Amino acid sequence: MELPFVVLEDISFQYDSQESLALNKINLKVYEGEWLAIVGHNGSGKSTLARLLNGLQFPKEGSITVAGISLGEDTIWDIRKHIGMVFQNPDNQFVGTTVQDDVAFGLENSGVSVDIMAERVVDSLKKVNMESFLDQEPHQLSGGQKQRVAIAGVLALRPSIIILDEATSMLDPRGRGEVIETIMKLQQQENITVISITHDLEEAAKADRIIVMNQGEVYREGTPVEIFQMDEELVGLGLDIPFPVKISKMLKHKGINLDRHYLTEEELVAELWTSHLKM
Amino acid sequence: MDISLKNVEYRYSADTPFERLAIQDVSIDIPSGSYTAIIGHTGSGKSTVLQHLNALLKPTKGTVLIGNREIKAGRKEKNLKGIREKVGIVFQFPEHQLFEETVEKDICFGPMNFGVSEAEAKRRAKEAVKQVGLPDNILEKSPFDLSGGQMRRVAIAGVLAMEPECIVLDEPTAGLDPRGRKEIMDLFYSLHKERGLATVLVTHSMEDAARYADKIIIMHKGTVLKIGTPLEIFSSPEELISHGLDVPDVVRFQMKLEKVFETKFDSICLTADELTQLVATFLKGRKPQ
Repeated sequence: MELPFVVLEDISFQYDSQESLALNKINLKVYEGEWLAIVGHNGSGKSTLARLLNGLQFPKEGSITVAGISLGEDTIWDIRKHIGMVFQNPDNQFVGTTVQDDVAFGLENSGVSVDIMAERVVDSLKKVNMESFLDQEPHQLSGGQKQRVAIAGVLALRPSIIILDEATSMLDPRGRGEVIETIMKLQQQENITVISITHDLEEAAKADRIIVMNQGEVYREGTPVEIFQMDEELVGLGLDIPFPVKISKMLKHKGINLDRHYLTEEELVAELWTSHLKM
Repeated sequence: MDISLKNVEYRYSADTPFERLAIQDVSIDIPSGSYTAIIGHTGSGKSTVLQHLNALLKPTKGTVLIGNREIKAGRKEKNLKGIREKVGIVFQFPEHQLFEETVEKDICFGPMNFGVSEAEAKRRAKEAVKQVGLPDNILEKSPFDLSGGQMRRVAIAGVLAMEPECIVLDEPTAGLDPRGRKEIMDLFYSLHKERGLATVLVTHSMEDAARYADKIIIMHKGTVLKIGTPLEIFSSPEELISHGLDVPDVVRFQMKLEKVFETKFDSICLTADELTQLVATFLKGRKPQ
């Protein structure tokens, strides 16, 4: 996890129709095998950042390096081989008529031979637990299942990095859980680098590292524990505090002795139990 | 204006090989001035119920009463305009429906379609923009130059400008950041409180259902599983969980505590404040003297 796989140096970006910079002097490193969550209010520049990473937009200033390749018009196709993106709306990215056709789409486009294709389709679907849905049609799937198929489509191309651009925001709680579990598994078992852009703080709390964006700038960077110590400052940035942290704080106010703010409910319940035994 | 569904069934593509039963035997009441939350999984029939509330869908069995207008299965229904004017639906991602050159024109489109004069529509647009917390000068802008959150507000203003008696919200905060979510939910709540606007909220968020609604309807596999106040609904959280549904964070946390401490608190708490108070009192009470 020590090698920076993606390096952004002094990146600035501006949309033609807008007066102010969407991104202002962003410096950022993403390490191999890590799960990086990028959080921030609507319009903070999170999605723009994702679009720059695989050359959907080009920065006005600064440089981007992915896997040692400097990103430019002539290298985007090499860089895109390393990066797979999953977007917000499950219905907009389902292009095949069946699950397996959909996963095969990207492979077909990159000229993979038929036997390898068949193998990779099944293999990728297994990784997201969708292998029993090969011939199902999109309308038979739930939102969470469609997003997992989208992830499989990306996996089939063997990327080193997967970028999820609010990929869970249109899902119901169950679908969200399914997708997060899939991401965790991929990161741990396949050593895939994950960049997840999200509003869901419980999701961000599971990442290795969090970057907080605010008005086009990197506002803060740290582990979930460090970031959630920011407390009310997060609310001021249009974000929120995870539920267990909120409860820890309120309990402290009400005179319950806690040595820190807990990030998971399990830790907090365990702490309340042991400290109460000691009383 | 009250709305009620009586034994409503709906089949998509009825009498074709693609026929699919979406809801059956659904009976619910939405009294005027109430705040109702409808919750359930994707595919539970929530959206189908929602579309019956202003006769976008007509039941394949049963009756829908909207004010004094009766929509019955198997009958040709004409002139539904009046209903659509009184019951406004804010669909998911309503900003995708913006299309006009300016915000003002976009907001005026709905009312003018229902025969309101241009001057009156403009007056309403101005007021609606204020209601959703946007500045006056936004009226001349193109809706496509706005941020996502602003576009959502403009789309909502378009529904408010029809001056409906009942507003139906389908996941109104999907995709918004936490602050935006809270602002939009507070906005609808104050419209509900101040103007007595009947509100139907279709949501996945148990927190929002618990916080805002007077009554919760839980849909499961096309039927009504349960109807009650938030307290009634969340007092038996095990039942919800066994149907694969969520409960509010506070309720889930209380269950975890009760399990570890092998105790049952007297009541289910619906707010973090209530729960932490209860826990603090409990822990202090158990401290040996």
